[in-house]
Amino acid sequence: MTTHPTTDTERRTLVDVEFDPITRIIGNLGIYTKVDFANGEVAECKSTSSLFRGYSVFMKGKDPRDAHFITSRICGICGDNHAVCSIYAQNMAYGVKTPPLGEWIMNLGEAAEFMFDHTIFQDNMVFIDFCEKMVAETNPSLLPRAERKDAPRGDVHGYRTIAEIMRAFNPFEGEMYKAALEMSRITREMCCLMEGRHVHPSTLYPGGVGTVATPQVFTDYQVRLVRVLDFIKRAVAMNDDVFDFFYEALPGYEEVGRRRTLLGCWGCFQDPGVVDYSYRNLNAAGNAMFVTPGIVVDNQLITTDLVDINLGMRILLGSSYYEDWTAEHTFVDRDPLGNPIDQRHPWNQTTLPAPQKRDLDGGNYSWVMSPRWYDKRTDDHLALDTGGGPLARLWATSLAGKVNTPYVRSTGHSVQIDLPRGQGLPGMSLEWTPPKFPNTLERNRARMYFVAYAAGMAQYFLDRALAEVRSGNTKVFEDFTVPDEAIGVGFHEAVRGVLSHHMVIKDGKIANYHPYPPTPWNASPRDTYGTPGPYEDAVQGQPIFEENGQDDFKGIDIMRTVRSFDPCLPCGVHMSLGNGRVLRKSHSPMFGNGS
Amino acid sequence: MSATSAEQDSPPRAIDELHILWTSEGMSCDGDTVSVTNAKLPSLEDVVLGTVPGLPKVHLHNKVLAYETGEDFMTAFRKAERDELGPFVLVVEGSIPNERINGDGYWTAMGNDPETGEPITVNEWIDRLAPKAWAVVAIGTCATYGGIHAMAGNPTGSMGLADYLGWDFRSAGGLPIVNVPGCPVQPDNFMETLLWVLHQAAGLAPTIPLDDQLRPTWLFGKTVHEGCDRAAYYEQADFAADYNSPKCQVKIGCWGPVVNCNVTKRGWMDGIGGCPNVGGICIGCTMPGFPDKFMPFMDEPPGATLSSTLLRAYGPFIRTMRGITNHTANKEPKWRHKEPALTSGYEPRWPNGRAQS
Repeated sequence: MTTHPTTDTERRTLVDVEFDPITRIIGNLGIYTKVDFANGEVAECKSTSSLFRGYSVFMKGKDPRDAHFITSRICGICGDNHAVCSIYAQNMAYGVKTPPLGEWIMNLGEAAEFMFDHTIFQDNMVFIDFCEKMVAETNPSLLPRAERKDAPRGDVHGYRTIAEIMRAFNPFEGEMYKAALEMSRITREMCCLMEGRHVHPSTLYPGGVGTVATPQVFTDYQVRLVRVLDFIKRAVAMNDDVFDFFYEALPGYEEVGRRRTLLGCWGCFQDPGVVDYSYRNLNAAGNAMFVTPGIVVDNQLITTDLVDINLGMRILLGSSYYEDWTAEHTFVDRDPLGNPIDQRHPWNQTTLPAPQKRDLDGGNYSWVMSPRWYDKRTDDHLALDTGGGPLARLWATSLAGKVNTPYVRSTGHSVQIDLPRGQGLPGMSLEWTPPKFPNTLERNRARMYFVAYAAGMAQYFLDRALAEVRSGNTKVFEDFTVPDEAIGVGFHEAVRGVLSHHMVIKDGKIANYHPYPPTPWNASPRDTYGTPGPYEDAVQGQPIFEENGQDDFKGIDIMRTVRSFDPCLPCGVHMSLGNGRVLRKSHSPMFGNGS
Repeated sequence: MSATSAEQDSPPRAIDELHILWTSEGMSCDGDTVSVTNAKLPSLEDVVLGTVPGLPKVHLHNKVLAYETGEDFMTAFRKAERDELGPFVLVVEGSIPNERINGDGYWTAMGNDPETGEPITVNEWIDRLAPKAWAVVAIGTCATYGGIHAMAGNPTGSMGLADYLGWDFRSAGGLPIVNVPGCPVQPDNFMETLLWVLHQAAGLAPTIPLDDQLRPTWLFGKTVHEGCDRAAYYEQADFAADYNSPKCQVKIGCWGPVVNCNVTKRGWMDGIGGCPNVGGICIGCTMPGFPDKFMPFMDEPPGATLSSTLLRAYGPFIRTMRGITNHTANKEPKWRHKEPALTSGYEPRWPNGRAQS
């Protein structure tokens, strides 16, 4: 699966370089690589996470209605995504449907979460890797070029040269760095207006929300949305300018973080006119979502059906600190449509933690499991990734051709976004088209386009919510009872991508509960088939463009790749990354494809 | 950098520069770090850039925001361990697992031992750094009291920092552990606590006032209910029956009357948002008993059943009487009119102003 096949007869000098803990991500992650400095290439990569908390263990036996409050605490940056996903799963289990206004309110809260999270991550974490200070330390020859290079979109963002943009992202000092922090606060206020507080919501419930749906709450949201529109327009333009400059200044940079297109998107933003939370209607509800679910393999959209997606989920082990559960209880034989459910499916998983020493040489090395998607066409267990979330969302939505709102439209080959007039800049139309292949820069570029997408959708949800309020339809919550026995599944897009919650209720209590956020997919270690996880796969075989040699190596290109996936290890279980300290030299045979 | 040790008999000199070593590698979600980036009063950049008067110069070492990565990031932690860093505040985020129960494995680690290449557990880091820290601050309910990850049935045996270090622990600066609970921590609550500690380090503030749960008294001395703008519904025994209602939520799960937290009074961020004040039941997330003593969250707290029954005796009567007074208060006095005579009670001296009789 590496993009640079190598011959396995050749011998070369590999240097162990470890990055642990990795900073400017959420949670702890370690990245362990073998670098071939002579040939400027990363030969091997292993991704490890060193934190285990055990949600699926301690949730057993609890009241099912507690699930969204508890699972929100899985993550401190996308906890609301878990709460919402859990509510979707509970709604299915309880057979309750949220009133339309409640649904629009949740969509508005989640749209704000996307705008907040992508902004703080892109501008305050990812872009430090592209700021003047970092580029001076890793690719000093680029800076004079950046000083001379006029920024093509300077008329939008106001910066004259690429170097000026890079300076604006210097941590704590840069103008854009500080503006992004402020933007992340305004958007969190928007989230709080709809969901009570951030990041663990207070006003979300199965059956609806407790948000007081007066006109005021929507006005307060609307005013803030207008205040952030111009920031978004500028940010998209600045991102495009910097990433285009990297392609131009460092020919071949498109190979950094390149991976086969194996993208998953579980869809988000429910359409209350279609969703009823029954499993039978899952496919229809998914296809009506305002981000279309789908799996994209080699640039082809192979399904948009959430039932297909559900049935194909497999949780593999292979390099993780757990005992297998194949001999444990089977909770769900068949789904409500009669389809058989695999023992490796989240509904049937039993988590059996087995703490042990880390063994990076062929043994177990991570608390993250290895989720895969079983492609029945080819009998493959695909190591899907999310491209950090936005790449997969935009790609699946582009190809599906289903979303059609006044502000955001899918054309079948692209996504068009119309942002309204802001405080200083006029209305602006953006279009995102799938790149030739996923890589580090394209994952990053997609992120800010998705902020624009979320802003456009937020305006649509506001329009719909206000229409309900003006018609007097202010009900936001529908009562329900918890059945003795039920199953449920929620599909949602967390900020970083695919999120599913699988729930089993027995005797009125949680019998089994398994959240699968994006990071277990992205950060997973090698599975039982030896298939590396997406970080490992994307880093392995990537070229090194850093000008520092082995002795003062920062590993910036590796860091950029890992961060392009927007790691979130509390979600993954936990993970970390480190600097370029050379541990030891080793002479070893070159690694073949997929090693 | 000034010394913290008492070299002479005179009081310790003010610290003019210090480091904040912040580990979120406990059993955490990093939500408290993320929350603190939300603070405005003051903001993180206000403190890092020194725009608040009187603060020592601050060097922040936090994984989520750090420029450095990997071993470069660990440098400050390793220097602190060797007494080479200078004064520092240790901030711990996430609960502390029991590493005695897991054989050769580990529940959570930060960085590797340079000698062995093995992960260094967070517990080991706390053992090494806490006694050397000028102050030790626990951020979030996990680090303070164990929180969600210390829930009944958990596999890791997690606990709060005071359970691990001892409730009578004193830092090198002579401070007890400073607990700032919340799940996540309310952004301004944490920054304000940090501000006090930094002002104290600078010699500008006395010892931070803490209660017996080691919480800042001015932030956690009142209950959610005492700051809740729905409390009037409560005294009138006017309770929400479901989450559509803007009335008091005690019968649908709110624990506000018995929870120490200021979010209803303060809002979530800069006055926006909150919990029961905006329709979200209080689940007691700032409390040592959280979460087990509050679950199932959506059920009425047992104590609320009793008190709301008692209130039913007079609450409706008060509501009725207030309704009558409210009706009166909603009418303007009768002298506000456009008739040709003044009836406000003033006796005018000019001819046309006098009432015609």
